[in-house]
Amino acid sequence: MPGGQRKPKLAVWKFTSCDGCQLSLLDLEEHLLAIVGRVEIAYFLEASRATVRGPYDISLVEGSISTPHEAELIKEVRKQSRFLVAIGACATAGGIQALRNFADVRAFVDIVYAHPEYIRTLREARPIADYVTVDFELRGCPISRYQLLELISAYLHGRQPSIPTYSVCAECKRKGVVCVLVSQGVPCLGPVTQAGCNALCPTYRRGCYGCFGPMESPNPLSLGRRFETLGVPPADIIRLYRTFNAFAPAFREGSEHYEQTSSHAHD
Amino acid sequence: MRPDLSAMDTLPPSPGSTVAFEKTALDILIATLRQRGYTVVGPTVRDDAIVYDEIGGVTDLPIGYVDEQEAGTYRLRRWEKDTFFAYTVGPYAWKKFLYPPEERLWEVRRENGTLRFTEAPLPTEQYAFIGVRSCELAAIRIQDRIFTGGPYVDPRYQARRERLFILAVNCTRAGNTCFCASVGSGPQAEGPYDIALTELDEVFIAHVGSVLGGQILAEVPHRPATEEERAAAAERVQATARTMRRALDTTDLRDLLFNHQEHPHWEDVATRCLACTNCTLVCPTCFCFSVEDLTDLQGESAWRVRRWDSCFSQAFTYTAGRPARQSIASRYRQWLTHKLAGWVDQFGVLGCVGCGRCITWCPAQIDITEEVARLREQPPQTERSPS
Ligand code: SF4
Ligand code: SF4
Ligand code: SF4
Repeated sequence: MPGGQRKPKLAVWKFTSCDGCQLSLLDLEEHLLAIVGRVEIAYFLEASRATVRGPYDISLVEGSISTPHEAELIKEVRKQSRFLVAIGACATAGGIQALRNFADVRAFVDIVYAHPEYIRTLREARPIADYVTVDFELRGCPISRYQLLELISAYLHGRQPSIPTYSVCAECKRKGVVCVLVSQGVPCLGPVTQAGCNALCPTYRRGCYGCFGPMESPNPLSLGRRFETLGVPPADIIRLYRTFNAFAPAFREGSEHYEQTSSHAHD
Repeated sequence: MRPDLSAMDTLPPSPGSTVAFEKTALDILIATLRQRGYTVVGPTVRDDAIVYDEIGGVTDLPIGYVDEQEAGTYRLRRWEKDTFFAYTVGPYAWKKFLYPPEERLWEVRRENGTLRFTEAPLPTEQYAFIGVRSCELAAIRIQDRIFTGGPYVDPRYQARRERLFILAVNCTRAGNTCFCASVGSGPQAEGPYDIALTELDEVFIAHVGSVLGGQILAEVPHRPATEEERAAAAERVQATARTMRRALDTTDLRDLLFNHQEHPHWEDVATRCLACTNCTLVCPTCFCFSVEDLTDLQGESAWRVRRWDSCFSQAFTYTAGRPARQSIASRYRQWLTHKLAGWVDQFGVLGCVGCGRCITWCPAQIDITEEVARLREQPPQTERSPS
């Protein structure tokens, strides 16, 4: 935690990702000035080309490790960072690009690129925590800017951040949303997904897509069985578990279970 | 032949008396409550379900709707009758008004180098609940004990509760997940209520529960209920009890739970339970919350919030360095054991009033009555308890 009068230095790093999570920082519009008043934004290329050298007090790391270069770079970022926070589905679970982990990435490269021999990529896109020690994770695709603000605020004042690890269902219930799974038979990943979005999709009468990844004690097979009783075909259950957090262990368990039991897995 | 409704008594009907009024006159009753400053809350249709929300009059009520409930399933449909209260309970219990999901308790500000603490002002809401079912009244009685019984009274609950007006409704149709009759909490409403209605085809039969209830009824054109009407009302409620499909066998229930802590069935439930917290948050008696202190970015102010929490959350069980109940089996066991055994010692009552919400709103279709039946069936084994 920060000491003395010096403003803590904040850095924002990007690995394989879409930039959406970093943008959450800029999206904090009305709070941005207050943040700048309390932390020194030392390295944030999305916002400014002016950079301050490390070490940094807080590093927000966006993106998965997908190339040999990134696998080296993240070690350097770790060395330069006191408190390293992985932000978003890419950094915490590998992101949508981790779908390649279920297939042969060379085959994709051969199809997509005119000169595949120039492409240096890892067989799997993996979360930051698979390479270096991560001090905290903010989930989501993208992250919640309120959670980001809460994390920075908690860091500045040396307290535990209020980032719940229970399911999206708890947010539905506190908000007064009528459960779409129970009232409409819509498959919803909420029961296995970590809270944080304030039940965004169920509020709009959609099932949860699992952006925030597995909750603290997920039971993906039980929810899968419930989807079956709702008439969801195995191939669709695989798709439900295989989106932004496909490579997160619990969701992976869910999709791989149906891959093994289904002949439609690759349709 | 029914007596003329316009032959109104001049005096308000006294507590204990039973009167009849035209169903549409419920609108006058609601208007009277509103004129007296009440926020009138009652059942209304929103997002494919019946929820309790502010209502302006009878047109906001789910007239002609019934619900079909099963484990993990809720469907609303219209039927051919213009009934006002033929549905049963929806997902949200009245506790969301008396004990809201999130409340700020106090805040502290830095002012001229000192800290200034301010308690959140006591709530001023004055609610009138329309259509409280007997199981829900039982739940309110239980939460009264929890929040206002004993030496430590919750002033926020108490402030809302003291001003509460309750119009109860006796159930004339049992839902498929209801089991109030087996746990002695319905379908006939017992106190505390100001008025309790039973719906007949043409009229409501109103039992006056308090002086205030009588005063409100005095504004509604009414007449004494006939002997026939009272018999018909009683028969409808008895029929509800007779047609209730589910039951919870409460014989030696407390001991059953306490003596079966090592039962293998807990692991069986854990293969199905999602630990999603839905059952506890829809339950009208569950009261667990967590308290957190939050700060603003500048460090100028901090505040304490209380939020609904759940024994199904692993983080909620965090004690001395780690979650005390890491497995889902141990958390399901905790819930059921507290509800059906621990409460008896703690509050002198079962923690379950048989409303069926935890059954209907469980995404995994887990049924408390069936789980208890399974615990009864299988012999206890001395195994390691879930951790
Ligand atoms: S809508 Fe989804 S997230 Fe909300 S309570 Fe139902 S299952 Fe849980
Ligand atoms: S019993 Fe049902 S509602 Fe309760 S936590 Fe388990 S899955 Fe969720
Ligand atoms: S345990 Fe279930 S049936 Fe019993 S009162 Fe709670 S929600 Fe209703």
